[in-house]
Amino acid sequence: MSCSKTWRHIWTVTKRELTGYFASPVAYVFIVIFLLMNGFFTFMLGGFFERGEASLTSFFMWHPWLYLFLVPAAGMRLWSEERRLGTMELLLTMPITPWQAIVGKFVACWLFLLLALVLTCPLVFTVMYLGSPDKGAILSGYFGSFLLAGGYLAIASMTSAMTRNQVISFILSVVICFFLILCGWEPVTRLLVNWAPEWLVRAVASFSVMTHYLSMQRGVIDSRDLIYFASLIGFPLFCTGVILRGLRS
Amino acid sequence: MITVNNLVKLFGTKRAVDGVSFTVERGEVLGFLGPNGAGKSTTMRMITGFIPPSAGTVSVGGHDVQEDPIAAKKLIGYLPENAPAYTDMTVFSFLHFAAELRGLRGDEKKNAVNRVVEMCFLGGVLHQSVETLSKGYRHRTCFAQSIIHNPDVLVLDEPTDGLDPNQKHEVRQIIKRMGEKKAIIFSTHILEEVEAACSRAIIIDRGKIVANGTPGDLKAMSEWAGAVSLRVRGASPAVVRAKLSDMGGAKKASADEEGAAVRARVYPSKPGNRDLARAVAELAARENWKVEELHVEEGRLDEVFRNITLPDTVKEAKS
Ligand SMILES: Nc1ncnc2c1ncn2[C@@H]1O[C@H](COP(=O)(O)OP(=O)(O)OP(=O)(O)O)[C@@H](O)[C@H]1O
Ligand SMILES: [Mg+2]
Repeated sequence: MSCSKTWRHIWTVTKRELTGYFASPVAYVFIVIFLLMNGFFTFMLGGFFERGEASLTSFFMWHPWLYLFLVPAAGMRLWSEERRLGTMELLLTMPITPWQAIVGKFVACWLFLLLALVLTCPLVFTVMYLGSPDKGAILSGYFGSFLLAGGYLAIASMTSAMTRNQVISFILSVVICFFLILCGWEPVTRLLVNWAPEWLVRAVASFSVMTHYLSMQRGVIDSRDLIYFASLIGFPLFCTGVILRGLRS
Repeated sequence: MITVNNLVKLFGTKRAVDGVSFTVERGEVLGFLGPNGAGKSTTMRMITGFIPPSAGTVSVGGHDVQEDPIAAKKLIGYLPENAPAYTDMTVFSFLHFAAELRGLRGDEKKNAVNRVVEMCFLGGVLHQSVETLSKGYRHRTCFAQSIIHNPDVLVLDEPTDGLDPNQKHEVRQIIKRMGEKKAIIFSTHILEEVEAACSRAIIIDRGKIVANGTPGDLKAMSEWAGAVSLRVRGASPAVVRAKLSDMGGAKKASADEEGAAVRARVYPSKPGNRDLARAVAELAARENWKVEELHVEEGRLDEVFRNITLPDTVKEAKS
């Protein structure tokens, strides 16, 4: 199968998924909630103005927590809905590979999250107006946030393939993502340090999204972080394929 | 076009499909019959590559469905059971989506969509959301999807389920017409459909093929096949029964009162005895019975179906 054909199939699936989102009010509600929550966290909890610096730190620092609920909410229907409606039988008997379907659906939801993220740009203009922020840090911050959303979403894709019940799928992915935050969150690592050897603490922390996310927030794009996020997206998507295969046999 | 070889599907320890083999050539319409839970849908899912078989092989157009699924799937149009469709799309965008996945582009795609919309009478609901469609229209939409790329092989799981009588007729006509150039398998619980549209029928029960032949062959398996049925006046049922039973070539006869007349049936002692009807007519003339009706029974599929697929315990209890 030629490469362009593969992408065409993926894009067909992606397009369908995206039109599906915007056919119902859910997409708009999601975006509004996303923006409101972002505003709330940035200004009320993050102390955007009190910091007295022209940066988006108070905006980005909450994303791992914000995404913890919003991304599983966006991704919980990816495959469970497909199973519930029986359209999975239709999709997987089309002349496309399961990978094309999995990636296509994932990309659609990711693009949707990207759109929500892009709509926070007034914040960028605000900071630029107030001072002269480090533009590189803002860009790499957005990039990291986008990758983080992708990682959570891949997990949501996996859990949604496990069950036709969206609620269960949501809870499962929240739990997994929560674990990925906790294992590198400072209060937790501090607890670990007391009794675990140094290398173990570091190994556990390196599994955490926090470690990699925070380093990108500082404006550093390290290849290790990129590899981490690539595998955070790739592995659950691979598992999605395995689960879907298992379901059918 | 379709070769199914010793197909087995296990769900846990349950053998849902148990050693099924058959072939369907281009120009054939194969009717797939069987009681609920016989394994019809499971077999079709394996043919279309949705679920892998536990053992055995399926090849479609020379492509093994397991080894080269994409090539096989390209040839197949599939209407799954219960006609699933994306509820968040309109009929129009759903059909476009299906056409695109089938590799149709531009004008080709437009023409294909127009063709199936016309064939399945979807013009009136084209821009309605699938969610709000009535069951029959949803079924038609999914059927339209299955023929959008004019496939060589069609696998239809209960294509007329939920359709009104006119639409049932229409879909049967479509199947019959397309069957001249394609290989078609469809499952159904409506036996007249088999006679109306199939060139061959398979009855499957508890995962195994129990009958395979043309609708005529199957009907001939009926104990009614070749029996002569008549309605006469001018004699009592007992006399009619006695006279008919004593006839040469008759195995047994029955006769009962039907209003003022007698309804009788003679079963031939060997199948395909074409002389029986003539003998009955001559007998009636000799006995001065007034014949109101006389015809040779063709055998009935529903009776054959019941005889083959009723569990033995039920059969014994009945007899
Ligand atoms: N995914 C599955 N897991 C376990 N058992 C299954 C599964 N799918 C089907 N079966 C079982 O396999 C058997 C055959 O089912 P199938 O759907 O093929 O029947 P069918 O002939 O299509 O029946 P119907 O006329 O009701 O549509 C049934 O006993 C069913 O319970
Ligand atoms: Mg079925």
